[in-house]
Amino acid sequence: MKLLRMAFTAALRALRRNKLRSSLTTLGMVIGVAAVITTVGIGQGATRAIEDQIASIGTNLLVVMPGTRQRGGAHSGWGGASSLTLGDARAIEREASFVDSVTYMRSGAVQVIYGNSNWATTLLATTPVFQVVGNTDIAQGEFFTERDVQTGARVVLLGQTIVDQLFESGEDPIGAVVRIRETAFRVIGVLERKGGSNFSGDRDDNVIMPFTTAVRRVLGNRLPGMVQQIMVSSIPSVDSLSAAAEIEEIMRHRHRLKPSDDSDFTIRTQEEVSDMMGNVMGIMSSVLMGVASISLLVGGIGIMNILLVSVTERTREIGVRMAVGAKGRHILIQFLVESIILSMLGGMIGTGLGLAGTMAIARVAGFPFVFSLAAVLGAVLFSGAVGMFFGFYPARQASRLDPIASLRYE
Amino acid sequence: MSGRIIETRDLRKTFEFGDVVVHALRGISVEVPTGQFVAIIGKSGSGKSTFMNILGCLDRPSSGTYRLEGRDISDRSADERAELRSEQIGFVFQAFNLIPRTSALENVELPLVYGGVSRSQQHIRGLEALDRVGLAHRADHHPSQLSGGEQQRVAIARALVNQPRLLLADEPTGNLDTSTSGEIMQIISELNRDQGITVVLVTHEPEIAAYADRVLTFRDGEIIADAAQLQPLPTSPAPPAKAEMSRDVAEESA
Ligand SMILES: Nc1ncnc2c1ncn2[C@@H]1O[C@H](COP(=O)(O)OP(=O)(O)OP(=O)(O)O)[C@@H](O)[C@H]1O
Ligand SMILES: [Mg+2]
Repeated sequence: MKLLRMAFTAALRALRRNKLRSSLTTLGMVIGVAAVITTVGIGQGATRAIEDQIASIGTNLLVVMPGTRQRGGAHSGWGGASSLTLGDARAIEREASFVDSVTYMRSGAVQVIYGNSNWATTLLATTPVFQVVGNTDIAQGEFFTERDVQTGARVVLLGQTIVDQLFESGEDPIGAVVRIRETAFRVIGVLERKGGSNFSGDRDDNVIMPFTTAVRRVLGNRLPGMVQQIMVSSIPSVDSLSAAAEIEEIMRHRHRLKPSDDSDFTIRTQEEVSDMMGNVMGIMSSVLMGVASISLLVGGIGIMNILLVSVTERTREIGVRMAVGAKGRHILIQFLVESIILSMLGGMIGTGLGLAGTMAIARVAGFPFVFSLAAVLGAVLFSGAVGMFFGFYPARQASRLDPIASLRYE
Repeated sequence: MSGRIIETRDLRKTFEFGDVVVHALRGISVEVPTGQFVAIIGKSGSGKSTFMNILGCLDRPSSGTYRLEGRDISDRSADERAELRSEQIGFVFQAFNLIPRTSALENVELPLVYGGVSRSQQHIRGLEALDRVGLAHRADHHPSQLSGGEQQRVAIARALVNQPRLLLADEPTGNLDTSTSGEIMQIISELNRDQGITVVLVTHEPEIAAYADRVLTFRDGEIIADAAQLQPLPTSPAPPAKAEMSRDVAEESA
């Protein structure tokens, strides 16, 4: 213990004697650790953002989409023809025992006009169940009703972005009349702000109206029974895979598919979606971690290099220390501690920079900043280990010097 | 304690570089009684430093025996020799060999650091040793801020801080002018006279050798002359006793 403290003071003194070089030496570690911390931070923040987003979509949610996985056509139905129909949705609702509620939707690009202003946005045509299944909260007013769907009422709910764009601040949008495709719609509600952006854009930039109204007045009557997505919430006691299997069964039957045929639809469970996102994040993280590890390696080699120079340069000092009673291990520990201090200092500075960097990126990219104590401690300890690993060789060189030769060294 | 602090028998040291063999020491047998002040003179390359390194446990003889305080230490391990250096031996070099950019006090404390002395004791004894060579007021100065003579005084303080029984000085005045050399020799002979530290000192200068009780002359790795010298009685006033000194230091640092 005394030996360590002694080595510690000696090492600190040596490092202080050469401040500039010490800081330059440790720069590699600083950058490496900062990279690691930022990588981990961004990874965790992005994961959290995705989780939040998935949670906001709704619980126990299964989404039936047109197209097969093999063709990668999961998104091909967006706006185009779709193999899903209202009948499919009703059949699922009627026949599936694991299903709690079912909704369906179609979407389209529309222009919303209010007074002299207009705004291009996305229209979601759906049913009242969407409010629950899609986890959509209402800030003002209320959602449309089953009756509105039956009568094809000309009512609309606006996302916050549209309210911001079309209305003066302080102006109450409820009851206002906006025009979409030459038709006047009464605003009956404003959606709660979801905040942030996601990978598919501004989550507050859309309008919602009854399915029938949209088909009749906005999206066109061409394929009245066609839907783009069927959203199903399963009953909580059932795992989503069983629910998915049941729905697949019903759908295949309705679509008259032979056992050998591929399904002409895809069922996504929430787990699948998050797994997929997780995979993407995982790959990204591994790549970044790889880069970060390389910079740590380079940092370690930098420290080793400087220590080797330092050992040569301080040969005489080592000789003197030995002459006054230092044993080989005193010298070994001194240089080892020096290396560990250097790299851990670098690690701490790097951690600070990394956290600051993560915070800045999180703010710009709009995902939450997640502080991970484990990552911070891990980074500092790991940098210490790097110092120990790369410091060992130079330290052993120093400890094996011959005192007489060292004293003569010029 | 009387007796023989150093006793060597037929000490030999050879250096080999491939085909070339250098016989640096060719059978040195010498006994040094405790408390003696021995000077070693001789031409360059005659083996003086080689001999000093063996006496100082920095090196091992190729053959022959070396007894320090009666114990044969000819083939002790590196660690054991480090312990002996730390406990029994003080070194003063021609080149001062202070650690650069490190204060005088820290330099002086160095042997105590490896001797396992507590931090506060290091400080007290370090200052005491610096005071002994008259440099307590320069404790915070770095070697580069000190003159050659002052650096050598710091080196002497470092050599005596762990109260060694044996002080080895290899041309301690070799880099100093005549009057500074006088000061250094004054300090060394006082240590020998007042504290009974055995001194072995290598020099090229007869005036320096004149401080010693005994002069050994080396030539080609052998002792060719061993002469006792009569010392005049001390004329300078005795330095203050040690107990008083540490009290002064304590008051200064309080
Ligand atoms: N490490 C070594 N390797 C090889 N030869 C050495 C070594 N050390 C000393 N020698 C040789 O041993 C001989 C004695 O050297 P030493 O240093 O003891 O002489 P010295 O009497 O101290 O000389 P000087 O007065 O110049 O200091 C010399 O010939 C020297 O070249
Ligand atoms: Mg010499």
